[in-house]
Amino acid sequence: MHLDHPVTMPHRHTYSAEPLRADGSLRAFRVGLGGPVGSGKTASVAALCRTLRDRLSLAVVTNDIYTREDAEFLLREAVLPPERITAVETGACPHTAIRDDISANLEAVEHFDQTLDPLDLVLVESGGDNLTATFSKGLVDVQIFVIDVSSGDDIPRKGGPGITNADLLVVNKTDLAPHVGADLATMAADAERQRGALPVVFTSLTSDDGIREIADWITGHLTRWRAKAAA
Amino acid sequence: MSPAALLLLADGRFPAGGHAHSGGVEAAVAHKAVHDINSLEAFCRGRLHTTGLTTAGLAAAAAAGCDPLMLDDAADARTPVPALRAVARKLGRQMMRAARATFPSAELDRLAAERPRGAHQPIVQGIAARAAGLTPEDAACAAAYEAVGGPATAAVRLLSLDPLAASWLLARLSTEADAVAANAAGAAARVKTEGLDALPSASSPLLDITAEQHAAWTVRLFAS
Ligand SMILES: Nc1nc2c(ncn2[C@@H]2O[C@H](COP(=O)(O)OP(=O)(O)OP(=O)(O)O)[C@@H](O)[C@H]2O)c(=O)[nH]1
Ligand SMILES: [Mg+2]
Repeated sequence: MHLDHPVTMPHRHTYSAEPLRADGSLRAFRVGLGGPVGSGKTASVAALCRTLRDRLSLAVVTNDIYTREDAEFLLREAVLPPERITAVETGACPHTAIRDDISANLEAVEHFDQTLDPLDLVLVESGGDNLTATFSKGLVDVQIFVIDVSSGDDIPRKGGPGITNADLLVVNKTDLAPHVGADLATMAADAERQRGALPVVFTSLTSDDGIREIADWITGHLTRWRAKAAA
Repeated sequence: MSPAALLLLADGRFPAGGHAHSGGVEAAVAHKAVHDINSLEAFCRGRLHTTGLTTAGLAAAAAAGCDPLMLDDAADARTPVPALRAVARKLGRQMMRAARATFPSAELDRLAAERPRGAHQPIVQGIAARAAGLTPEDAACAAAYEAVGGPATAAVRLLSLDPLAASWLLARLSTEADAVAANAAGAAARVKTEGLDALPSASSPLLDITAEQHAAWTVRLFAS
């Protein structure tokens, strides 16, 4: 390839994941939430907004597969004002939009970075997908993979990039475990086998403050990320 | 020119946002105008000789070094409906990000600064081609191929068509796509003497109308 523009050749930028913006200020911290259909991603996002919105300036990007359901649910529930919620279309390929071609999602998060000041945290919910869907590091700083007990307690054993590598694995709907015969101890043991030291939390988002552990994990990461970017 | 650079720029996996767009085929599927491989071929052929020719001309002119801002106005003039102008600029912004990261160039940086909300996508594509050392005809070829490759891929997803049949369809259209590219590059070469009016301005009113309708759908798989 002919890339030899001698004098004017600019530096290559990645145009995506640097923590500092052009003016030297810190952009918002980006958290991806992925996982199979119906596991509780939108419920997590809604609960996180309710828990964190008094302390942090938040925005949400949803990647609905076919509709604007998730964005509209969040709007209806009024977890954030409408200018802080946006939906990205994924052309029938939700994993492409968060991993292989992140341009539409990057535009959405950067739009928030430009229009909301201050902005501390952007939550990016992927469309419900399969066990191999993960977020690109060019799009999010950390990612959470949400599964639930009712889709089979063998899911942690099956593994896959989401289960194995996500920065946090959430096993949701523990309130349903007795009804579906899910063995939480087996799920915990399998998850540990797949993930080593990476954290796993068991949640029931229908219970009061069921989001607490996830919220604390995110704010802990946000604090450390800021300290590192400032250093 | 570098054939590998052209393959990279024209690859459907080039991360410039195209995967979320159907090139009008989602609306055509809803109207039952596209329902099988033969109707898809007719759709792609029509799009190639209208939108494809026009975007190939713009891409070639940009790759030839024509003033991108004037080309951007020429692209607006050739894109009558607001929905498709918005799509072209959105895809232009996304192409700009991918192109600057892949083929860094001062010309791309300048256009990004001058059109922060995005220039029309084929113009960015043309300047990216230029930055990669490609010819105007290469740029036209990438644009013409994309005009059919995008809808064909989207139709495979929407209608569960046989991907092998769709690939064969694209091969059948390849001679025509090459001819459209040559034609577009020839027009771009005449801009110097004849002005921007030398560039093709073929359009497809039905694609314009259905694109405007599609943009108002509340339930859809593709952004356009
Ligand atoms: N019992 C129970 N139901 C839950 C829990 N969390 C979420 N749900 C319900 O599960 C259903 C799906 O939850 P969502 O949050 O919409 O799931 P999602 O992962 O966003 O789904 P998609 O976006 O469609 O992939 C909803 O009816 C929720 O109310 C939980 O902890 N326990
Ligand atoms: Mg959801």
